[in-house]
Amino acid sequence: MMTEIEFLSWVRGPGLQIATIIFVAGIVIRILEILLLGRKGNLAEAKGSEMSGGFRTILSRSVPTPSTFKRSTFTIVAGYIFHLGLFLVIFFYAPHILFFKDVIGLSWPSLPTPVIDATAVISIIALLAVIVHRFNNKVLRYLNNFEDMLVWFVTIAPLVTGYIAFHRIGMTGPTLLAIHILSVEILMVVFPFTKLMHAFTIFMSRWYNGAMSGYRGVES
Amino acid sequence: MSASLEKGINALKEQVDSSVASFFSSCVHCGMCADACLFYTETDDPERTPINKTEPLRRIWKSEYTLIGRIGKLFGLTKKVDDQLLTDWETLVYDSCTLCGRCSMVCPVGNDIAMMIRKTREGMAAAGHAPEGLIGATTRAVTIGSPMGVKLPALQAQIGHVEKDTGMKVPVDVEGAEYMLLLSSMEIMNFPEFIGAIAKIFDKAGVSWTISSEAFEATNSGIQIGVSDIAAELVQRVVDAAEKLKVKTVISPECGHAYFAIRWEGPNLIGKPFNFKVRHVLEVLDELRKDGRLKTTGMESQKLTYHDPCQIARRGGVIDEPRNLLNMISDNFVEMPDTGKMNWCCGAGGGVSSNERADEIRLKVFQRKKDQLDAIRPDAIVSACSNCRIHLEDGLEEYHMDIPLLSLTETLAEHLE
Ligand code: SF4
Ligand code: SF4
Repeated sequence: MMTEIEFLSWVRGPGLQIATIIFVAGIVIRILEILLLGRKGNLAEAKGSEMSGGFRTILSRSVPTPSTFKRSTFTIVAGYIFHLGLFLVIFFYAPHILFFKDVIGLSWPSLPTPVIDATAVISIIALLAVIVHRFNNKVLRYLNNFEDMLVWFVTIAPLVTGYIAFHRIGMTGPTLLAIHILSVEILMVVFPFTKLMHAFTIFMSRWYNGAMSGYRGVES
Repeated sequence: MSASLEKGINALKEQVDSSVASFFSSCVHCGMCADACLFYTETDDPERTPINKTEPLRRIWKSEYTLIGRIGKLFGLTKKVDDQLLTDWETLVYDSCTLCGRCSMVCPVGNDIAMMIRKTREGMAAAGHAPEGLIGATTRAVTIGSPMGVKLPALQAQIGHVEKDTGMKVPVDVEGAEYMLLLSSMEIMNFPEFIGAIAKIFDKAGVSWTISSEAFEATNSGIQIGVSDIAAELVQRVVDAAEKLKVKTVISPECGHAYFAIRWEGPNLIGKPFNFKVRHVLEVLDELRKDGRLKTTGMESQKLTYHDPCQIARRGGVIDEPRNLLNMISDNFVEMPDTGKMNWCCGAGGGVSSNERADEIRLKVFQRKKDQLDAIRPDAIVSACSNCRIHLEDGLEEYHMDIPLLSLTETLAEHLE
């Protein structure tokens, strides 16, 4: 049986290394797998520009039209909250910044801990609401599959374990921290092989969509 | 595996490129595309969620073009495409999608779902899972030259009537004309007034134009059914005629899919750029307006609205032109809620109207158009696609709404100075 400290140093050492390798290699493979397929050039006379259309849609697709917002309000609001929440918690919590400084040598200002704490709670609530909505909404229930569940679980897990570790609920500090880090590692390992990849491929997809539309003179 | 299934799978494999792969990789199963699609909003049937319609293509992408899918295949874990799947999906891919592209404008990760469904049709058709009606239309397009079986004598007869009614000459096979006009069968048979309208407008504007007796059909059933070879053959006929008559520009008529087919898919289908331009008739008319060659008189005082045909507006980029033209002749032009590139499809494009099996659903989803119209209660609807027009008339009748349909070109011709 590993001791508490051994567990923590494993997740901080070999565990993190393995997860990072799978994460980085997986992402590179996935992106190459897509880009190497290539795409035929368009021989039709252009009515607008692919480039500006593509870049435009990368930005504009973040803002739904009023009528789309009305039709998909919950998905958009909850989606925005948990994405933004995750972003703030991951990148602006002081101990995380220290970790990034260790790994990549860069650091930036943090947000006050109570703000992060509240953000984490809000994100957890949003993700819980998302899963309830998933089971209550006809379309989402129909689309739902194992991957959706897995991805939801590995996304909310680091938030929950982080929250528990910070508030020292239940176990001792090192164990809680180790569990938190482990949950992040699981997220990293799952990431490249699931829809979590959209964090990267969204830029390609939006670009393609915008470029194809832009070429035809439509802002998409 | 049956030979036709194998053909279908190969056709699907050919459809996967970097854009398709990135789209499938990005889908987060958020369901927003369903809320954008009239076949879902008006039926509440989750199977009709746009991205779900691409399932056959998704399975091929996953099992053939992703590492994890290929590993899964070794262990029999990756889902396969079989005849049962294609049978089950036929009504989703053909009857429940007009390729209108509204879902592609809404998906938050940017997936062009309509394009993916169009590609899925390539596999379905190759595997023999296309609807009877579309197969018939496509066969007629290849053998007779028109999906509705309209032959040259029928066109000549209609031209004869038009010439008698208008006293104008309709030029046929005039070499060196600037423009070559294509027509859809629907126009030739149901709306020959369109030809007369063009004759009048072009005469006033001093435009040299012609119709080719060898390639007058604009509709491309090959695209609707999803058979690129046939689509290419139909495009080639137009190219040959345009080159033979040495025209500078080919005009696509008031038909949505015809425009998308010749303008945007055409050169890619035959594998080389055209040496003439392709313009939608509304683009040509708007050019004439800009040059001061199209002058109108009088204003329609009735409340007019404009129905954007999907393939002309959202998928085709002709959005401002009809509005410029309408403003010339109407001082009471009102937009529907959700208009231009976000307009809702009439419910009958993309081959749906050629597919009798889809008659019931296309009228059901017309409820969406009805709601849009109810919001503004226009006196008349102007549009620029004869397929939209026929279906709108059908839908209006079904829902007991008494609103006349007008063609933009014809309405302009009535207001010529
Ligand atoms: S293209 Fe139009 S009809 Fe087809 S799935 Fe998308 S929104 Fe629905
Ligand atoms: S809207 Fe886009 S991301 Fe959402 S389910 Fe549809 S295709 Fe997938």
